[in-house]
Amino acid sequence: MDIAAFLHVLWLARMPILKGVGVTISISALAIVVGTLVGVGVGLVLTYGKGPLRWLVRGYTDFIRGTPVLVLVLASYYVLGTVGVDLGPFEAGVFALAVFCSSHVGEIVRGALQSIPRGQTEAAKAIGLTFPQTFAYVLGPQALRQMLPAWVNTAAEMVKASTLLSIIGVGELLLRTQELISRTFMSLEFYLFAGLLYFVINYGIERFGRYIERKTSVPS
Amino acid sequence: MTNLLEIRDLHKRYGDVEVLKGVDCAMAQGDVISIIGSSGSGKTTMLRCINMLEDFEGGTIRIDGEEIGYDTAGGRRRRKKEKEIARQRAMTGMAFQQFNLFPHMTAAHNVMLGLVKVKGMGRDEARGLAEKWLDRVGLAERRDRYPGQLSGGQQQRVAIARAIAMNPKLMLFDEVTSALDPELVNEVLQVIKDLAADGMSMLLVTHEMRFAYEVSTRVIFMNQGRIGEEGNPREMFVKPQTERLAEFLMNSTFN
Repeated sequence: MDIAAFLHVLWLARMPILKGVGVTISISALAIVVGTLVGVGVGLVLTYGKGPLRWLVRGYTDFIRGTPVLVLVLASYYVLGTVGVDLGPFEAGVFALAVFCSSHVGEIVRGALQSIPRGQTEAAKAIGLTFPQTFAYVLGPQALRQMLPAWVNTAAEMVKASTLLSIIGVGELLLRTQELISRTFMSLEFYLFAGLLYFVINYGIERFGRYIERKTSVPS
Repeated sequence: MTNLLEIRDLHKRYGDVEVLKGVDCAMAQGDVISIIGSSGSGKTTMLRCINMLEDFEGGTIRIDGEEIGYDTAGGRRRRKKEKEIARQRAMTGMAFQQFNLFPHMTAAHNVMLGLVKVKGMGRDEARGLAEKWLDRVGLAERRDRYPGQLSGGQQQRVAIARAIAMNPKLMLFDEVTSALDPELVNEVLQVIKDLAADGMSMLLVTHEMRFAYEVSTRVIFMNQGRIGEEGNPREMFVKPQTERLAEFLMNSTFN
């Protein structure tokens, strides 16, 4: 491995790499934000919903969680077009990841809410809180702390899953790296470098999660 | 004068099992009633029906003349709206076997939550009241501790302060000492005795026979979903009228 030559090429290729990093972060952030918002709704229906709505959402999460992300990505790019929803590769990819993320967050939210002892709801009722109040002040805050580690994990998974969007031609970090390799033939160097960048992004997410956990932990 | 609490022909079933088979009970302002009986006799269920933690299929419960949980009109019985039930629940206070403090809030915030969100009190006023009640249960110095930093007895006292601060008409105690280490039982019982001395109306499900004997104005013995016997503790404990109660007392410890 010729370090000097690699560093020279790396410097020349800094703009496409940075752009790739930017796209990777945008995809991941959008998927996480949208997926989390939808996922909280999914989790609430799974926990408190009744009848057909609940079965529908249960079916949705089971189906999505049982499907490979790559299949979701390909389907939203190629299949949605045939039913008249014509999304660009970026939009289709973010859509697929957000859907995937929502089903996972839904399960995390359900698990967190169901792990809270019944006595908490009863104590809240006993002092006269309505259900929305009970949720806002008693159940929600406890569930948030409970789900934080799993949620951070899912966020890191989304960053990794964003690489799949290279298949449908989204210029994220992996695709940019592959393009560079095809021009420079420095495959080992650039794959290692890309791996390092992914590690940095996910390490950052993990540290941030730890920080929030520490900030919100309850003394005991 | 209307009774503070009036229960008429209360029926409650879980699926096929009828746990309350027609309970009648009346309670005046300032009464302290202990409900005793073996497990499965329906005593906790009866208590939980009074603040609608359990729905019930038949009978009526009235507090200060107001029908709890259901509206009966023209022979039809309908569950009241959740918001209305929440308001009625605030008429009673409840302390639980497992304390059920909110673990993410300090002792003071546990007490303040209902004051601010249900009573609409300002934070400063609520804080003052919370401190006053925590002081009353002997926990003035622990008010900024979290439940996880308190002993079981201290947690239970915070839970009682949380209920009492809401100024309920009636306090319900559901086996509040059953989950405590023996040496922590007395500090909780002392708090309840003080409340009794203040004239608080209370309904206690308890296994502490000596305590029931000392503190109650009346004792109810539940047996298989019905009231087996009731009366003055001095008479009941000394001269039980039914064989079932005699047997139950024989197997209970008075320490």
